[in-house]
Amino acid sequence: MSLVASTTVDLARLQFATTSIYHFLFVPLTLGLGPLVAVMQTAWYRTKDEQWLKLTKFFGTLFLINFAIGVATGLVQEFEFGMNWSVYSKFVGNVFGAPLAVEGLAAFMLEATFLGVWIFGWNRLSPKLHLATLWIAVLGTWLSGYFILVANSWMQQPVGYKIVNGEAQLTSVWALVSNGFALRAYVHTMLAGLIFGSIVVLGVCCWHFLRGRDVTTFRKAAKLALIVAVPVTMLQLVVGNRFGEAVTSAQGMKIAASEAQWNTCQPCGFSLFQIGGFTEDDQTPSFSITVPRLLSYMATGSFDGQVQGLNQLQSQEQRAYGRGNYMPNVEVIYWSMRVMAYMGVLMFLVAAIGAWLYWKQKLVRARWFLWPAIVAMSFPYIAATAGWILSEMGRQPWIVQGLLKTADANSPSVSTTWVAISLTVFVVLYITLLVLDFWLMRRYAGRGLDGGETEAPEAPAAVY
Amino acid sequence: MDLETLWFVLIAVLWGGYFLLEGFDFGVGLLLPFLPRDERQRSTMFESIGPVWDGNEVWLVVAGGATFAAFPAWYATMFSGFYIALLLVLVCLIVRVLSFEWRGKGESPRWRSVWTWANCLGSFGASFVWGVALANLVNGVPLDSNGDFAGDFGDLFSGYTVIAGLAVVLLFAFHGATYLTIRTSGDLCRRASRAAQRLSLAAALVGAGFLAWTVAVAVDRNDKSVFPPILPAALAIAAIVLAVVFVWQRRSGPAFASTAVGVVATVAALFTSLYPRVMVSSPDFGNSLTVESAASAHYTLEVISIVAAILLPVIVLYQGWTYHVFRQRLAGGEEADSSPGGAASTAAPAEPTA
Repeated sequence: MSLVASTTVDLARLQFATTSIYHFLFVPLTLGLGPLVAVMQTAWYRTKDEQWLKLTKFFGTLFLINFAIGVATGLVQEFEFGMNWSVYSKFVGNVFGAPLAVEGLAAFMLEATFLGVWIFGWNRLSPKLHLATLWIAVLGTWLSGYFILVANSWMQQPVGYKIVNGEAQLTSVWALVSNGFALRAYVHTMLAGLIFGSIVVLGVCCWHFLRGRDVTTFRKAAKLALIVAVPVTMLQLVVGNRFGEAVTSAQGMKIAASEAQWNTCQPCGFSLFQIGGFTEDDQTPSFSITVPRLLSYMATGSFDGQVQGLNQLQSQEQRAYGRGNYMPNVEVIYWSMRVMAYMGVLMFLVAAIGAWLYWKQKLVRARWFLWPAIVAMSFPYIAATAGWILSEMGRQPWIVQGLLKTADANSPSVSTTWVAISLTVFVVLYITLLVLDFWLMRRYAGRGLDGGETEAPEAPAAVY
Repeated sequence: MDLETLWFVLIAVLWGGYFLLEGFDFGVGLLLPFLPRDERQRSTMFESIGPVWDGNEVWLVVAGGATFAAFPAWYATMFSGFYIALLLVLVCLIVRVLSFEWRGKGESPRWRSVWTWANCLGSFGASFVWGVALANLVNGVPLDSNGDFAGDFGDLFSGYTVIAGLAVVLLFAFHGATYLTIRTSGDLCRRASRAAQRLSLAAALVGAGFLAWTVAVAVDRNDKSVFPPILPAALAIAAIVLAVVFVWQRRSGPAFASTAVGVVATVAALFTSLYPRVMVSSPDFGNSLTVESAASAHYTLEVISIVAAILLPVIVLYQGWTYHVFRQRLAGGEEADSSPGGAASTAAPAEPTA
């Protein structure tokens, strides 16, 4: 997909990519910050320590600013399937629509309703019941993640369906909800959410350490963030790898492209970095750094495993589906995979070094670490964006793997002009939102626990 | 009742829930620049819907998801066909969501004023376009033999559909005003009551006109007889007329109950006029999408029926509970509420005691 996309399909793809990547800048922080804020409030409930209450309100406000944009941009995603991809919608509705409907009934209702009660319920509910409303809202966010990933995973690995009159029909709801691909994607995504939450909380704490404000209180939050960040960043490296194995069996092309592996190999080395070797005309990199046998292990779980090459997969798919190009954009997929993985490793290092400094009681004064920890707040965003580019562009040319091509799935009644108009509207609106949101988040994150110099601390976002 | 019809009814119920609940959110939003005496009262208006608007909006998300799952062809044709209209709705809703979250985050009058108007215009745009869009389902739009939209944005506008948009805006404003009369006290409540009185005649006239026209359109363009669409339409008109009487008698509870019934019965009138079709095609009536032709296979409908049967009652219970939690009237800021803890319910919720 080039930036100067000219056809309706290209524009519709660009629009889906833009709006869903944007949506997912806000969602995972909600997924991860929610439980952390809930833990803070639980700590306050148990210990009656005022510092935990201040932290709950401080991070609760960041959580809510972020949640609002997640809600607003989520609605766009739901409408966009029908607006830009009506052929797709008709084709998959029987299967894909069900988890979407259940997501609304089971998850969105919970999170939206109980979050409203939490925001405004500080002095109308007993402390216990008020705490429960936050945990229920968090449960809602975690449930919604499951249902939407069940839907998305069906596009990556269709299960439990049959094709009737050119439409996919559900044959087993159990197969749909227990799709191995979905379960792995769920664990991977929820861990990503926790990484977002913990790395952002850590970064904000480090910022306040640098400025020397409310240090004792923020040290409590930093400890909590590190207790979460160390195991989840480590676990994510393992889970990400396992997820890769699931992709290998469902979408060989995606894995081959993510390694720029043109020809079948056994055993296969893992390319850490390479120059060139990304197109059919230029299959051999002019420079590369490779770790022997590592790719075999990552893709198959065995150091001797065989990984199929792009050329071989292309011939297989042509035999199965007819003439055409079945390879995604190799260069984009190769680098998105690496950006994601390298960011994952970096975040693990930040968490591990932070924990070591905390243990040595040096964290608050270690300026050489505090600055990188603040910068590291951008890493989960970069990693998640790269991850979705890998996942969705790696599936191309398919919109539903092996069943429907993206090029055949857009709305026939929607003209290029309409898509161009909506794309422009969303881009302008979203950029404005991003600027405002960044400004607000920064203002609130920088304000300190007592809401600045003069203001009294306030209930999160309850003040109109 | 077969499962296809059951899901048609359920989607009507979801739209009814959405109009009932977000209807008064939109109504409060529409009145924001005009009703309150000062900024504190305006903040109280925001607070009257603050805890519930998000849960109310989810009814739309569920209606959309349910249409996708139960009637993929309806979802596909409606959302791609009403493209620019739905784009407008999305922009309005996004701007509105942000106004709730961001208005209180800045101190300057200019910042607050921008978000007040954002909420008002967002509420206006979304109400109007939903009215136009739902009316078009009955009034008919050009569909080709494949069931795809074959018209243009301009085809969505006719005398009838524009009146539908206006009727929905007026009904929501009326509904929002009666909502404020049961949720506030003091001067703000009196102002809401006066606003409800001023809106009542216009809402009743345009609303009744739209409902009568809907029945005529159902007969004329959707091959229906006057009966049964006349039943919910008459109920809606009766409820709205009753609401007019109640607001002039200053009986806030019955007035709100009447606008609530009026809004829900209006949705019922539209969907009754639509059945057994889900989108009428005009001029080629034969291309209309029907409940049968647009529905998912039986198995999918069974699955989502079981889920909905379990979850919908639970949702109604816990959302009802939230209204119970926030039942206390809000003072406009200048006078303390006489009920216990009333002082806490002014514009800025107080600190938890600790």
